[in-house]
Amino acid sequence: MPKRQDLKDILIIGAGPIVIGQGCEFDYSGAQACSALREEGYRVILVNSNPATIMTDPQMADATYIEPIEWRTVERIIAVEKPDALLPTMGGQTALNCALDLERHGILKKYNVEMIGAKKTAIDKAEDRDLFRAAMLKIGLDMPKAAVAHNLEDAHRIQEEVGFPTIIRPSFTMGGSGGGIAYNKQEFVEICERGLDLSPTNELLIEESILGWKEFEMEVVRDSKDNCIIICSIENFDPMGIHTGDSITIAPAQTLTDKEYQVMRNASLAVLREIGVDTGGSNVQFAVNPKDGRLNIIEMNPRVSRSSALASKATGFPIAKIAAKLAVGYTLDELGNDITGGKTPASFEPSIDYVVTKIPRFAFEKFTSADARLTTQMKSVGEVMAIASTFQESLQKALRSLETDKSGLDPIMDLSAADARNKIRSECIGAHAQRIFYLADAFRLGMSLKEVFDLSKIDPWFLAQIKDIVTTEKQTNGTHVSDVDAEQMFDLKRKGFSDARLAHLFCCSESSVRERRKALGIKPVFKRVDSCAGEFDTQTAYLYSTYQQQCESKPTNRKKIMILGGGPNRIGQGIEFDYCCVHASLALRADGFETIMVNCNPETVSTDYDISDRLYFEPLTLEDVLAVIEIENPHGIIVHYGGQTPLKLATALEKAGANIIGTSPDAIDLAEDRARFSKMLQDLDLQQPLNGTANSPEQARAIADAIGFPLVVRPSYVLGGRAMEIVYDKDSLDHYMHTAVQVSNDSPVLLDSFLDHAIEVDIDVICDGKDVVIGGIMQHIEPAGIHSGDSACSLPPYSLSTDVLDKMRAQVIAMAKRLNVIGLMNAQLAYQDNEIYVIEVNPRASRTVPFVSKAIGVPIANIAARVMLGSSLKQQGFLNEITPQHFSVKEAVFPFNKFLGVDPILGPEMRSTGEVMGIGDNFASAFDKAQLAAGGRAPENGRVFVSLRKLDRNDLVDLGKRLDKQGFSLVATRSNKEALTAAGLECEMVNKVSEGSPHIIDMIKNDNIDLIINSTEDMQGAEDSAEIRRQALVHKVVCTTTVAAAFAMLDGLKSDSKIKVRSLQSITSKGA
Amino acid sequence: MLQNALLALEDGQIFKGKSIGINGQAKGEVVFNTSMTGYQEILTDPSYTQQIVVLTYPHIGNTGTNSVDEESGKIYASGLIIRDLALISSNWRSQMSLSDYLLAHNIIAISEIDTRALTRHLREYGALKGYIVTGDNTNEAMAVKKAQSFAGLKNMDLAKVVSTTEQYQFNQAPHSLATNKYTNPTTKKFKVVVYDYGVKKNILRMLVERGCVLTVVNAQKPAAEVLAMNPDGVFLSNGPGDPKSCNYAIDNIKTLLEKNLPIFGICLGHQLLSLASGAKTKKMKFGHHGANHPVQDLQTKQVMITSQNHGFAVAEENLGKHLKITHRSLFDNSIQGVSVIAKKAFGFQGHPEASPGPHDMSALFDTFITEMKK
Repeated sequence: MPKRQDLKDILIIGAGPIVIGQGCEFDYSGAQACSALREEGYRVILVNSNPATIMTDPQMADATYIEPIEWRTVERIIAVEKPDALLPTMGGQTALNCALDLERHGILKKYNVEMIGAKKTAIDKAEDRDLFRAAMLKIGLDMPKAAVAHNLEDAHRIQEEVGFPTIIRPSFTMGGSGGGIAYNKQEFVEICERGLDLSPTNELLIEESILGWKEFEMEVVRDSKDNCIIICSIENFDPMGIHTGDSITIAPAQTLTDKEYQVMRNASLAVLREIGVDTGGSNVQFAVNPKDGRLNIIEMNPRVSRSSALASKATGFPIAKIAAKLAVGYTLDELGNDITGGKTPASFEPSIDYVVTKIPRFAFEKFTSADARLTTQMKSVGEVMAIASTFQESLQKALRSLETDKSGLDPIMDLSAADARNKIRSECIGAHAQRIFYLADAFRLGMSLKEVFDLSKIDPWFLAQIKDIVTTEKQTNGTHVSDVDAEQMFDLKRKGFSDARLAHLFCCSESSVRERRKALGIKPVFKRVDSCAGEFDTQTAYLYSTYQQQCESKPTNRKKIMILGGGPNRIGQGIEFDYCCVHASLALRADGFETIMVNCNPETVSTDYDISDRLYFEPLTLEDVLAVIEIENPHGIIVHYGGQTPLKLATALEKAGANIIGTSPDAIDLAEDRARFSKMLQDLDLQQPLNGTANSPEQARAIADAIGFPLVVRPSYVLGGRAMEIVYDKDSLDHYMHTAVQVSNDSPVLLDSFLDHAIEVDIDVICDGKDVVIGGIMQHIEPAGIHSGDSACSLPPYSLSTDVLDKMRAQVIAMAKRLNVIGLMNAQLAYQDNEIYVIEVNPRASRTVPFVSKAIGVPIANIAARVMLGSSLKQQGFLNEITPQHFSVKEAVFPFNKFLGVDPILGPEMRSTGEVMGIGDNFASAFDKAQLAAGGRAPENGRVFVSLRKLDRNDLVDLGKRLDKQGFSLVATRSNKEALTAAGLECEMVNKVSEGSPHIIDMIKNDNIDLIINSTEDMQGAEDSAEIRRQALVHKVVCTTTVAAAFAMLDGLKSDSKIKVRSLQSITSKGA
Repeated sequence: MLQNALLALEDGQIFKGKSIGINGQAKGEVVFNTSMTGYQEILTDPSYTQQIVVLTYPHIGNTGTNSVDEESGKIYASGLIIRDLALISSNWRSQMSLSDYLLAHNIIAISEIDTRALTRHLREYGALKGYIVTGDNTNEAMAVKKAQSFAGLKNMDLAKVVSTTEQYQFNQAPHSLATNKYTNPTTKKFKVVVYDYGVKKNILRMLVERGCVLTVVNAQKPAAEVLAMNPDGVFLSNGPGDPKSCNYAIDNIKTLLEKNLPIFGICLGHQLLSLASGAKTKKMKFGHHGANHPVQDLQTKQVMITSQNHGFAVAEENLGKHLKITHRSLFDNSIQGVSVIAKKAFGFQGHPEASPGPHDMSALFDTFITEMKK
């Protein structure tokens, strides 16, 4: 059937901010869906609150709404745009839930909007545990014993039937959030209570444990004519019990015979048919008992997912794009398989002739008090994927892609330690993020395959591969690198050993390994991902490196630019950088350059083979990047767009003769090297907070004496605010120096005077060497001291005077010129007591670039990329800063609900995973929208608990008055209460916890508090009040930890944000 | 350490790897198969007679081998070429590792080959004659000559070579994974004679499953003798070699067609049925060998993913007036299914019995049963 003619306008709902369980894979799927539908001539209306996405670029849809994904807001959009259909399957659980809300509230019926891709009944059947179970039993598929509970009583009854360990899964939560495995009654009650609360339907599935079974996934696509195809099978390395998002996974499945595979295939198709997924992609998950092959079905997702993004990248079959076309009526046989140039139809099953390994990336170092054990609730924040000829090569490539200082299957512990064996045994059983390394250490310690299997339940096939890697590395013992012959070197490289890993094994430098290897004539070849195992020719340059004979890269003689991506998403470096890389590629392609993308993150738009002329799916290590440079010999390399990942390669790449275009590596170093940077600021007559560098606790104290407290302290060797703290006195400084960091001459500690109560500002600029244009000035809502990535901000600034802003402009322009920036630069400044301080300058694309671009309506990453290629700002007609008439507010989104027990207080260490944007006529309404989009909008009235630190007490009365006026009733502990009553405000007094029950925690637990405003002094103060914030999180009470945010919130509550929605296109057309 | 081994192709290409089967040498037509599962079924499929199989999926041997997954009593392929042999077998049904299985069946095999390079070469130049030899210091020029000396499959009648010499009854129904036992057929309704041109066991099992009582006969069994058995239907099996060299079979089928018996042909059987109905066959460039081929039912427009294994095909030209095309490949539009006009006879080029491969086409067996019910 060709496409439907009765549809004209289609609404796509995005996935909103990046959170754990919902990453930038939905930007990839959403962007594909937008292009696919527009290509067919439909008018696409998009709603997504996440400005860092490619899909919210104004040219991706006909009407783009960066608005909260919440049914009331979406109704307003529907009322304006009058779409014929709604495609809810591209934006993860967020979009599905929103679509169901719209349906439930009769909105779709009211405006006559048809849901395409998946119907309500199908979504319900797939997501509702009872309905799903019944459906599976109907088609003869087994499921683990389980039943649904709506309260604790039910839960207990069911638990007795299924026994311990028990799996608990709340319904309708993303990433399995709130679920877990209980080994005893106490854990069971804890998880059930949490799950009941998190599930929007107060529903839990209490399930028999099939821990240790093998886990598989099938990615299925179905069309309206019931043609069904399997795109990819995926086998989880980690057996059942660990969320698939947190598992190492391998495509295709490795340990199934054809008979078993076909049974699973048939079951997958039966599931889609029974659930009633009319068209599109779905994911079906299975468990297999390794002892007898018994097959159980675990769940299915009637939409594109993280796994479908992975499957698309693993096979070269673009699931989301095809799913979008199927949703408007096409059938698979009518669509072409793009990767073979349309020579074959989309109605086939990809065959792959390589091995794909995905490894999740975790951020437990940011949440030190969180339970780091991997369970059925997803905790990873990103992932990498590697493609290679064999599992070993692919695994070791993936491990070095992670950027966790591992060059492969590195040893992780001291095997001579007395308790080494016990430690390894326990790490093999209870999986943590590093289990893979402990497995290798187990073999290094001489443990048998059977023993490791008994502990880990990981399929022996995989364990044997790891054991062989360990055996192979042992064979290098005592060999000098110059004695390695070609055969041994090839064998090592074929098994995926990186030059860096070999350098460890041969006790030499990485460059000596590389020299020896090259002298032996051994280098990687590049092969193509073609979806058909070589059966058909492909012109698509989607490549991976491997050590085999034949190279298929066929580089061209065009003028080419290579862009290095950002690697795995992590806190501090995420989708924003991918956005920039994609923009660079698109801009330069449009200008006639051949663009070459190098990246290893399967979730991203940049690793869509359509984006660049050539895609190398490779780790971003020096070795791997140099290999691509050698074969491609690009005219220039852009290292400034992928965050720190490519930036840290800049110097080495330049040394190796590569041409880094744009801002020079030396300028990057100038901005990063503290001494050089301070000198530069002195020369420019700019000031920065007083600072010093300490190589010992004694030095630190001396510096503190000179500068004074408070101080920001951090180790010099980490980025993104890792282990950064604010200390207010000598004791806390000593404590920090002795416990938090390992200080030494090699890794000194940096101390900066902390600017308390300062206003922080982020400024993005483009400089072409001659002109400097301000992209945007963002005033932070939270004060300096809160990591800029975690702070909300407003563009344009909402309270700084023109005079101050002009001074800031002048300073930033001076610095850009001095650094000789060619491209983007980001500066962070602080304003305190009429003084401007330079906090930090980064001569590269920053996290705020997409936000700025959307706020001002100009794609600055795009312009800057052209600048790097020599097109001046003047030539591009971008010489004046744009100050929009409307306000845009960015708000950060945090993963605290996945790490219950962690204090959700903001600080100098970044912990947010994503961001949302609110747009309004004024600051207040933009802020309010951002809060709503972030899921943290305060109630309009009720009981507010106010507890301010001494430094904020000047604001207490003012805040109290405004809360009172808004209609809140005030609750406070003694000292705050006294101050408020003294000002004539009514205020209820409540005990501190230390004063005994009934105290504030009791009130929160009893749902007697609707809003919390709580700022804290220092570490001790923060610890004392941490429980308040933790409980607020558990009981979903909005909690604000800065006074500035509280005022902004109050402004927002009064605004008109609840009425007005606007598309980016309408803003731009009105003119900025 | 594994012994060295090399593959020489008739065009002079040499691929070097390690021997993972017996020592020695083998000749054959080199073909690639893109199925990611089912190496044991492929090796034991009689249709691979005189062919050296290249598997494009890199890890082979992962699940070992077992007696249930054999499609015949022995390995028919003359050699196996892979990239990486599994270090261990891991599957609850595994009885023997692949390398032991290769040794037990006297098969030559090479691993550590750049199978993608080899596949792309075959795609470009078509299926080529090849020669595998194990050991060090092989004379490469000599090896190429040996490859060239292989007679090739064109005009080769191999069906009669692999066919059963003894007529036999077959009554084993398909294996169930759930019980790890062979199932029991519920009914025994139809007497079916199976012409064995190199039949795969799963075809027989699927017929038994549907109530057929099978008598498997030699490829050259005269039609008259078959008719004397008074069958409800005749099945024409898959098999190796060039169909147009099997004159005896074509003649027999013509006779059967005159009697208007229900006839179902698979692969070689389909080609022979077409030849008997006046069509021509041709050698394909590199054939279809895989488990991901889309085939469209021209009547319903439904697309099925099929298992394929053929190097010859029914030619589009001069199809004659007796055949109706029922199915086409969406990869190259080639003829995948025919029915004989005004007869109860039909053929399918791919493998509805799968094994290995998807089960999407299994309904064709039901069609055959329906024809017999009429």
